[in-house]
Amino acid sequence: MTPLQLTHFTATSCLGRGLSATLGALEAAHSGLTPCHFETVELQTYIGEVADLDAVRLPPSLQHFDCRNNRLAQLGLTQDGFDVAVHSAIERLGAGRVGVFLGTSTSGILTTEIAYRHLDPLTGALTADFDYRGTHNSFSVADYVSHRFGLAGPAVTVCTACSSSAKVFAAAQRMLAAGQIDAAIVGGVDSLCLTTLYGFHSLQLSSPQPCRPFDRARDGLSIGEAAAFALLERAPATLNPEAILLLGAGESSDAYHMSSPHPEGAGARSAMQRALADAGLAPEHVDYINLHGTGTPSNDSAESRAVATLFGTVTPCSSTKGATGHALGAAGALEAVICALALQAELMPGGLNLRQRDPELAVNYLTGNQRAPLRRVLSNSFGFGGANCALLLGRAG
Amino acid sequence: MSTLTGCVHSLGLLGPGLADWSAARAVLNGELPHVAARTVLPPPAVLPPAERRRAGRVIKLALAVGAEALAHAGSDSALDVRALSTVFTSSGGDGDNCHEICLSLASHDRLISPTRFHNSVHNAAAGYWGIAYGCTEASTSLCAGDASFGAGLLEALAQLACGAPAVLLLAYDADYPQPLHAKRPVADAFGVALLLTAPAMGSALPRLQLRLSDAPAATMDDAGLESLRASIPAARSLPLLERLAQRRAGTVLLDYLDTARLAVEVQT
Repeated sequence: MTPLQLTHFTATSCLGRGLSATLGALEAAHSGLTPCHFETVELQTYIGEVADLDAVRLPPSLQHFDCRNNRLAQLGLTQDGFDVAVHSAIERLGAGRVGVFLGTSTSGILTTEIAYRHLDPLTGALTADFDYRGTHNSFSVADYVSHRFGLAGPAVTVCTACSSSAKVFAAAQRMLAAGQIDAAIVGGVDSLCLTTLYGFHSLQLSSPQPCRPFDRARDGLSIGEAAAFALLERAPATLNPEAILLLGAGESSDAYHMSSPHPEGAGARSAMQRALADAGLAPEHVDYINLHGTGTPSNDSAESRAVATLFGTVTPCSSTKGATGHALGAAGALEAVICALALQAELMPGGLNLRQRDPELAVNYLTGNQRAPLRRVLSNSFGFGGANCALLLGRAG
Repeated sequence: MSTLTGCVHSLGLLGPGLADWSAARAVLNGELPHVAARTVLPPPAVLPPAERRRAGRVIKLALAVGAEALAHAGSDSALDVRALSTVFTSSGGDGDNCHEICLSLASHDRLISPTRFHNSVHNAAAGYWGIAYGCTEASTSLCAGDASFGAGLLEALAQLACGAPAVLLLAYDADYPQPLHAKRPVADAFGVALLLTAPAMGSALPRLQLRLSDAPAATMDDAGLESLRASIPAARSLPLLERLAQRRAGTVLLDYLDTARLAVEVQT
């Protein structure tokens, strides 16, 4: 592919609001995971919760979109001047030439989960104020962002579970390459809800402790929530050396199992190979890999095999989910933004919560932060249903 | 503004009173009247037994229309289903499964089964498709609410523009049970699959050229079909399918977002 520039980007997660808080937490090796006291949930687990979401308000004309997920989107959009940058792009390019490509896994389902506790005792009906389109539907977040900015270009939600907001970069890149748009708001927004907290618990995939990716005794993930966005545009001929580029994207399917990865990581390897091929690069050109690294026994085992097969055991890699939790449909975009920060700050964040590295996982897993000049980094995202995506990001100079 | 192009290699369809693409073609041609009847979903024979037991209605629907499009693709085709890129698009996914999860989460014990949880992902049908056909090619699962068919068609044609030789587009929606049905009155199950291929010189296949438009969307003359088009997002494809059934060239306007329609020029 022809490289595209991430002209603006931002992230909000349990590490804080915006880039400075996110980078500060990574530099301090601080984890945002806390014991779960979310809503009425009674589970022994840790979560990565974004503080004070209940206080966020949507614009008065867009109240029908009001739900936790769109409040998180709103909060995320207003960090680092991202909304200002979008308005300026619209002014420059036109409302019909800016597309919206967002990933989520559960959208505003929390609203429906709570509404089901208040069904009419006689008729079983939902309350009158329940707004399906504005909250429950998977499109709600892209619909909200499109309406918030008054856009008239293509808008879509990519909903492939935990790879959703990595795949949006590939979808937007295709629409840019095909000449249908001149800029894309890409990103992911996923928020805490009962479906995922109780669902991962039912699969015995959530840890009772803060998740410990690549630890010998890792026992599951910690669910997080996040909003991360980037404005993707064609790169100009001359760029600041610190400019961040999308160099390649690779997608594949496992065709193996609905909720377990292929044990050898065949699909993961294929996605990484395709990202390299898309960028015209070889494995040795990659300086750091931000792993999917959920902390479940099966993911980390399959992913390390895929990485070792393709990259050997030298390329530094780590999972940042010990810091952020697994933001599910927002994880791909959150970790793409973390990669952009890593490139600019020349920081490879070490994996957190590790007590003893799993000797079976034969990769160069970083257990502490390392400083090094980075040119190109890879970000992995793999989802239920075997939907894999790898993104290659790089500095312009 | 540039247009997106692709050829329609084959189709699959299943909907109320429309048992498959052959039956739908006869109705859309005007050879037979549309007789309203509930959609009948076949068991997904292509799935291994364990997955077959776990497959809900939208999974059966998506697999049925996809299988029909493959069957019509012909044995002489160079298409390998294991290497065929897929675009799944649906407004609501599996509404029955979602309803059961919400009921459980509102109950005292809140226990949901692992199968219910993994079937709750919007890309469940794509996951089952991959397992059924051993397809390891890229697959995406989209949602754009009522605009989901249009969003899928845009993505599929953009993939062709970026070099994919063929893309299977599967658009499908099924009705929610109550109480969600009252808030989201999708009438019944409707699915359509289009096997789209890159335009080739001298091809006899119908060719599509797509661009965004702000002109109003086309409607169906038949009241029954128009009711399907208006109430099931995947059935917003019907004006295009009508032209393909009639092999009639011209431009058709498909409903898409609040702010835009898709103008699709059909060349036969």
